[in-house]
Amino acid sequence: MSAPYTGPKVCLWTLDHANPASLETYVANGGYSALKKILAEKTPAAEIIEQVKISALRGRGGAGFPTGLKWSFMPRNYEGDKYIVCNSDEGEPGTFKDRDIIEFNPHQLIEGMVIAGYTLGAKAGYNYIHGEIFELYESWEKALEEARSAGYLGNNICGSGWAFDVHAHQGYGAYVCGEETALLESIEGKKGQPRFKPPFPASFGLYGKPTTINNTETLASIPWIMRNGGQAFLDLGKPNNGGTKIFSISGHVNKPGNYEIPMGTPFADLLVMAGGVRDGHTLKAVIPGGSSAPVLPAEIIMACTLDYDSIAKAGSMFGSGAVIVMDETVCMVKALERLSYFYYEESCGQCTPCREGTGWMYRVVHRIEHGEGRPEDLDLLMSVGNNIAGRTICALGEAAVGPVQSFIKHFRQEFEYHIEHKRCMVGA
Amino acid sequence: MTLSAQSLLSADSLAQIDKEVAKYPADQKPSAVMAALRIAQVEKGWLAPATIESVAQYLGMPTIAVYEVATFYNMYQLEPCGRHKITVCTNLPCQLQGADTVADYLKQKLGIGFGETTPDGRFTLKEGECMGTCGSGPLCLHNNHTMHAHLSPETVDKLLDELK
Ligand code: FES
Repeated sequence: MSAPYTGPKVCLWTLDHANPASLETYVANGGYSALKKILAEKTPAAEIIEQVKISALRGRGGAGFPTGLKWSFMPRNYEGDKYIVCNSDEGEPGTFKDRDIIEFNPHQLIEGMVIAGYTLGAKAGYNYIHGEIFELYESWEKALEEARSAGYLGNNICGSGWAFDVHAHQGYGAYVCGEETALLESIEGKKGQPRFKPPFPASFGLYGKPTTINNTETLASIPWIMRNGGQAFLDLGKPNNGGTKIFSISGHVNKPGNYEIPMGTPFADLLVMAGGVRDGHTLKAVIPGGSSAPVLPAEIIMACTLDYDSIAKAGSMFGSGAVIVMDETVCMVKALERLSYFYYEESCGQCTPCREGTGWMYRVVHRIEHGEGRPEDLDLLMSVGNNIAGRTICALGEAAVGPVQSFIKHFRQEFEYHIEHKRCMVGA
Repeated sequence: MTLSAQSLLSADSLAQIDKEVAKYPADQKPSAVMAALRIAQVEKGWLAPATIESVAQYLGMPTIAVYEVATFYNMYQLEPCGRHKITVCTNLPCQLQGADTVADYLKQKLGIGFGETTPDGRFTLKEGECMGTCGSGPLCLHNNHTMHAHLSPETVDKLLDELK
């Protein structure tokens, strides 16, 4: 393994300071200087977008879409309200990075949203915060108040005469609202059911107005990029994969938690940072990008670097950078049963293939786990999956299929053993 | 007959709802419905039909539209529950870190299963989905809003003792 990373961190650097979340800490270390400079110099929006493009910042919520390109889709000369929305509805099992940005560096997220608002000509910004982290909804509202009193939000930002405000919106228990159009529906006070696309939010978003939705970590990266330049951000990572990235590592490691390291770091290095696999145990499998990402057996993930390209080549998804580690004690049937239950529980019910298919897959995995599996069940699961994927309005259907098909692909003999012997081969 | 929110909810709750309404454009009051239901639920303990109707009336929404929201998001409490609702995350990352042991311990100690309330009305136990804090699991939410992380049988004992 290479030496542990000690270079700059884009988002969680405040954790090296005594009062990480305070406005004083943020400002004393260059916080809000990018915003002040942009407003004082009236930096043209096109120049800001250019820097974001150079940075190769890609959406940190899971899709990995280039942020600069997304920003360029917003209509420039639209006569009417436009909005910025931050997606902090972090509910993908394994993902817990955005919560730490809100808790430990709230002002960088605010500054990022204000710069985005300026660049895209928005009237206001909303940050949609996952319901279960309600304590952070409250703490972030306090940070907004601080920013307002200090003149970084409101009717006359930094004395420029430009007005923009940011508000917190709470979720209340619905994974599907992490999907951007479901999230917009939810802000409008409706059930969080995804919309048909097109039209895309850049033309028909919140309240039907042009809207850009970015993930928390994405928006929090913007002030760093504007202070240091797009090239410096790109140089932290590797081509096409700019920046450092927060990896949330959970499961069977000695030190679960968030680790912010450069894109392209070998997986093996992250594992060492997290204290290695639980003492006395060996690595069996890893879900590298949040629960929807296909699982990878130990030997495959150990050869990967942590970036979009390497993980995709290995047959999985970089996703949100949420790494779920499983050691040799894990029964893959039981693990899949729990994930399948999650998607069944969280399907919004709008599209028949997903509403019926997620329940069907769960019931089949459940019966295999409970010794009632049938020889044809694995083929059945593959076929139900094939009939969900690509046939739904949003990606939740595919997200439910990814685990099912990849668990069976890589650990088929465990499933077959369960079906044949009516019990688990792990520990048998 | 619908009771008005003014007569059903406290002045403090109404002030909180007004603050939420002010975040959105003047013609977009329904945007505050999620917060309004949460605020009403905190005051009343659960969302009775009369409470839902009064929220609808206060925000100028059809009652059915508010029901749609209240039934879609799973943190809204649509029937009476114990004074202390404990929701344990049992999703995979938490499960790998020992959530099942904690959940079993809670069930055994309280003598109830998921979805049940103790006869004295003190505790309701619920199974929850990922709370976006997996690195600190096993964990639970107390009355939707307070998270208790790094749970073990010992910390569960302490927590239950504190919740009267
Ligand atoms: S799995 Fe329990 S908080 Fe994410």
